[in-house]
Amino acid sequence: MSTDRLTPPSHILRHAALLITGALILIPFVWMVSLSIKPPGEIFRASFSFWPEQFYGIENYTKALTEAPLPQYMLNGIFVCTMIVVLQIVVCAPAAYALAKLDFPGRNLLFGMVLIALILPHEVLSLPLFILGYQIGILNTYAALIFPYIVSPFGIFLLRQFFKTVPDDVIHAARLDGLSELGIVWKIMVPMALPAIIAFGIFSVVGHWNSLFWPLIAVRDQGLMPPPLGIMAFKNEEAGNDYGPLMAASTLVVAPLIIAFLSAQRWFVEGLTGGAVK
Amino acid sequence: MAKISIRNIGKSFGATSVLKGVSLEIADGEFLTLLGPSGCGKSTLLRILAGLEVQSGGSLAIGDRVVDGIRPKRRDVAMVFQSYALYPHMTVQENMALPLRMRRLSAWQRLPLMGELLPGTTATTAEIERDVTRTAKSLSIGHLLARKPGQLSGGQRQRVAVGRAMVRQPAVFLMDEPLSNLDAKLRVQMRAEIKELHQRLGVTFVYVTHDQSEAMTMSDRVAVMLDGELLQVAPPQEIYADPDDLRVAEFIGSPKINILQATLRSDGLADASGTSFTVAAGLAPGSTLSLGIRPEAFHLVDASKDNVLTGSVRLVEHMGSDLYVHLDVPGADHPLVARLLAERAPQIVSGQTLHLGVKPERLLLFAADGRRLRPDGNTKANVLQIKERV
Repeated sequence: MSTDRLTPPSHILRHAALLITGALILIPFVWMVSLSIKPPGEIFRASFSFWPEQFYGIENYTKALTEAPLPQYMLNGIFVCTMIVVLQIVVCAPAAYALAKLDFPGRNLLFGMVLIALILPHEVLSLPLFILGYQIGILNTYAALIFPYIVSPFGIFLLRQFFKTVPDDVIHAARLDGLSELGIVWKIMVPMALPAIIAFGIFSVVGHWNSLFWPLIAVRDQGLMPPPLGIMAFKNEEAGNDYGPLMAASTLVVAPLIIAFLSAQRWFVEGLTGGAVK
Repeated sequence: MAKISIRNIGKSFGATSVLKGVSLEIADGEFLTLLGPSGCGKSTLLRILAGLEVQSGGSLAIGDRVVDGIRPKRRDVAMVFQSYALYPHMTVQENMALPLRMRRLSAWQRLPLMGELLPGTTATTAEIERDVTRTAKSLSIGHLLARKPGQLSGGQRQRVAVGRAMVRQPAVFLMDEPLSNLDAKLRVQMRAEIKELHQRLGVTFVYVTHDQSEAMTMSDRVAVMLDGELLQVAPPQEIYADPDDLRVAEFIGSPKINILQATLRSDGLADASGTSFTVAAGLAPGSTLSLGIRPEAFHLVDASKDNVLTGSVRLVEHMGSDLYVHLDVPGADHPLVARLLAERAPQIVSGQTLHLGVKPERLLLFAADGRRLRPDGNTKANVLQIKERV
């Protein structure tokens, strides 16, 4: 115990560093929330205060919700993200199981290709994907937003690493009990890897909820736009210098993620460290 | 109705050959133990029996059916693993019910929600539940059914693993070192319980272990394996008293058997540890052989005479009813170990000179390649006349 305890000066230094880092990350966010409840006149004042002199939140949020189809964007986001994460797990879990536990020729080569795919940024693939989408005629549909993401190298990698920690005997027992290989994936491996799957789900949902680049290329129809793209459109067409409603819309867009993260925090942390201590 | 025929099974991983043509017949209802040090291929053989690994050569029959290439599920075998291999996310009840659900319910009936609406699902599920409860009660784990494996002790987990194997009444039980994760006391208790289980169920058991006391106490027959080969298959007492091979003699028995190197002379005498032995092994003069003496084959004698080895005491271990006496004998690489009854042995101290006699019929003779020498099949014929030269 006593060796762990920090001497006061380094204690203070360490906390100061943490506080500054935390502040750097939090200030833009706090500012966004603050701006979303200020009237236009107060937004560009030189002095800074969190609370507005005149509470303008209701007007800003009403405007955000009514002048742009924000609820529609959010529904699009929920639908697209849910489909992506569900299909990703459907594809990644069996692939990860095969790479982790089955012995077949070319397994290492395939895993090497997964690793290569892991270091390619998705943006690099935008042009080929756009052309492919055009050829099969799915541009400007939900499918264009979902399909490019369902094979996730990160998901395969993460689940493979987790599945590798499951003892072979458990799989042997399942085979003797009569489970098929896919049965083993869904009834044994996935439930055992639940923390990893939840962590992956959070990564996936956060990433695709906030994704702007690919939706910008893939859809033009306002009825299909996910939230960030919608906000961009909103800014261009409606808001002009009207930052209050824009910030209100942004706050509304990130709120679901924050709520989801806070409620799943325990799983999230467990999923990231779970493999290490087993 | 499940005898097992193992015919010339081979298995290699790349260039290393783990099983070298193992052949073995296991009778219906027999308790057979595969005994050998780790890495001898016994677990691989068991996994091949279960269908979890595919042999590189040879053929396998369970009952009257050749099972080569048949999936583990269809072989009617159940296995208990060293690590128990319970499903950690399922309760004990679910763990034990799974093999029955996979066999008695169709794929549609196993679907969540929808499956319960199909005809017959409820009745079968209730039947499964009854069977699980009955099996759990017979293993006295009935009160644990709602718990998850993480909440159980080692012994309880072990019972659940046995229960999961038992519940579907397989024709063959395979056990892969099921007791090695338990503490010593529990191990002895479970040993008796597994033996009892075998007598109660009357099905064929194939049990893998590296622990000779498990093998000796539980088995009808023991198959000693070394380096992927079966050295001897025989009842426990025969394995101990009448080993076919020097390696079997050395592996079985604790303390280890004493081995003396001897050279055969032209007049039929064999020299070992400065002592002459008269052997009737039917070997050519000049050949070397090994003499095996079990620690308890020694008895105390007063003075040097025939059949007596003399040496100085290096160490005395008191084991309660027995004494283990380590004796330095001239010419031997290791001290000999003798096991003497404590009540018959006087106060023996280190450094003292001791005369130990060996009853001639208790000597085991091995050729230089490790083969057991039994001249003319007559056990009396290999009895040695020991002439003291010291």
